[in-house]
Amino acid sequence: MIKALNQIGKYFLMIKEVFNKPTKWSVMKSLILKEIDDLIIGSMGIVAFISFFIGGVVAIQTALNLTNPLIPKSLIAFATRQSVILEFAPTFISIIMAGRAGSYITSSIGTMRVTEQIDALEVMGVNAVNYLIFPKIVAFTLYPFVIAISMFLGIMGGWLAGVYGGFVGSDQFLVGIQTDFIPFHVFYAFLKTFVFGMLLATIPSFHGFYMKGGALEVGKASTTSFVWTSVVIITVNYIITQLLLS
Amino acid sequence: MIEIKDIEKSFGDTKVLKGISTTFETGKTNLIIGRSGSGKTVMLKTLLGIHTPDTGSISFDGRIYSELTRDEKRSLRTEIGMVFQGSALFDSMNVEDNVAFPLKMFTNKRGREIKDRVNEVLERVNLVDANYKFPNEISGGMQKRVAIARAIVNNPKYLFCDEPNSGLDPETSILIDELIQEITREYDITTVINTHDMNSVLQIGEKIVFLKNGIKEWEGTNEQILETRNKSIVEFVYSSELFKKVRESLLGEDEEERKQDLNIKDE
Repeated sequence: MIKALNQIGKYFLMIKEVFNKPTKWSVMKSLILKEIDDLIIGSMGIVAFISFFIGGVVAIQTALNLTNPLIPKSLIAFATRQSVILEFAPTFISIIMAGRAGSYITSSIGTMRVTEQIDALEVMGVNAVNYLIFPKIVAFTLYPFVIAISMFLGIMGGWLAGVYGGFVGSDQFLVGIQTDFIPFHVFYAFLKTFVFGMLLATIPSFHGFYMKGGALEVGKASTTSFVWTSVVIITVNYIITQLLLS
Repeated sequence: MIEIKDIEKSFGDTKVLKGISTTFETGKTNLIIGRSGSGKTVMLKTLLGIHTPDTGSISFDGRIYSELTRDEKRSLRTEIGMVFQGSALFDSMNVEDNVAFPLKMFTNKRGREIKDRVNEVLERVNLVDANYKFPNEISGGMQKRVAIARAIVNNPKYLFCDEPNSGLDPETSILIDELIQEITREYDITTVINTHDMNSVLQIGEKIVFLKNGIKEWEGTNEQILETRNKSIVEFVYSSELFKKVRESLLGEDEEERKQDLNIKDE
């Protein structure tokens, strides 16, 4: 328990240090662009692929469970929209990102620790925490755009699976995705996406930055980082949902 | 000049440095030597500010490190060049970007100026036509040269090297040693090298500090080290089987007794 509290304290001190003594803007600018490329643009492929098929699966499963003829077929679209916007895009994709981007962050920073590159930065007088983690945080401010694309592709996947699978007509689907639309749900989804983005940037960085040992420990740190990022995302998801939707 | 007074450092119950005092002079290659576990690396890391000493003080040309503010410490660190044991080159950057890094971070130099300075130091360390290669594409000796180039590119006042010859063949080791000594004299910097390589000790050891079990056992020059009869030094300098006869004649000691002594220490 004491160890856990110590780690939490260390994590928040690291966050404070991220904003201390910033790196020169001319250097930081290129670091941010590189991180956007690696973490955001580089993740688009897997996010698009998963979102599209998840949307399709949600539509098919909803359709197969609609056995009562009194329930309109447009409910397939409604269910797809709600599932994708409220949970699948923000939370499910964030868990995927914890595996994809989170492991990359932990292993790259961890390798820098093992090969004394972080020591080299610190000896030179560079604020290593700011140099390494701040660009990742800035890159993840663009994470809601990834999720917006994920939402769009998820619904598109649902439409294609529903219409071309013969479960629902295109007109009914379009009616369904507009039924009882509550704009606040989109705000809620983007708010939690932003929070998840910050967690995705900082928790894996923490595990990489403070790791000890050699190559084997880099692998272990990546696994631990994925587990903790997922646990924190799921917990924070519950808290935000409780606060904003209940 | 770097002055160390009575520094002590413990990790838990283990006291690693036990009241070490010495001076590292400007324009000279100062060596910290000793067996593995003698406290060399901890001493170097303490000098670099990576470890904080429990007691004692370290002064860089009159500036006592522990009395500096956080910003002053960071500013002092920009005057330090460091060559790490494993070179510690940034593997996401090519040679040119690695060497240019301190200039981009701490100076207002612009593109052309940076490139010219980088080429100048790369030429100084005899490394040409490698600007666009990545660290994993060059040999260990070349990586050491890049690390030296990066350490001196911003004209440091202090140069620290941790085992600069580690993993290099004897010929390349000699070249690296010569390079470090030439740079030290040319740029008039205070160089501190952590090593247990006897070739380095004899070749460039203008000031040698010998550590044993966290205590400064002996200090002197590379000429004096060959004349001393200090038992620990003789055992260290002539530890190779090649020097068995020399060791025995200097210590007048039975070899079996020495081996038993070493075994007891290892246990």
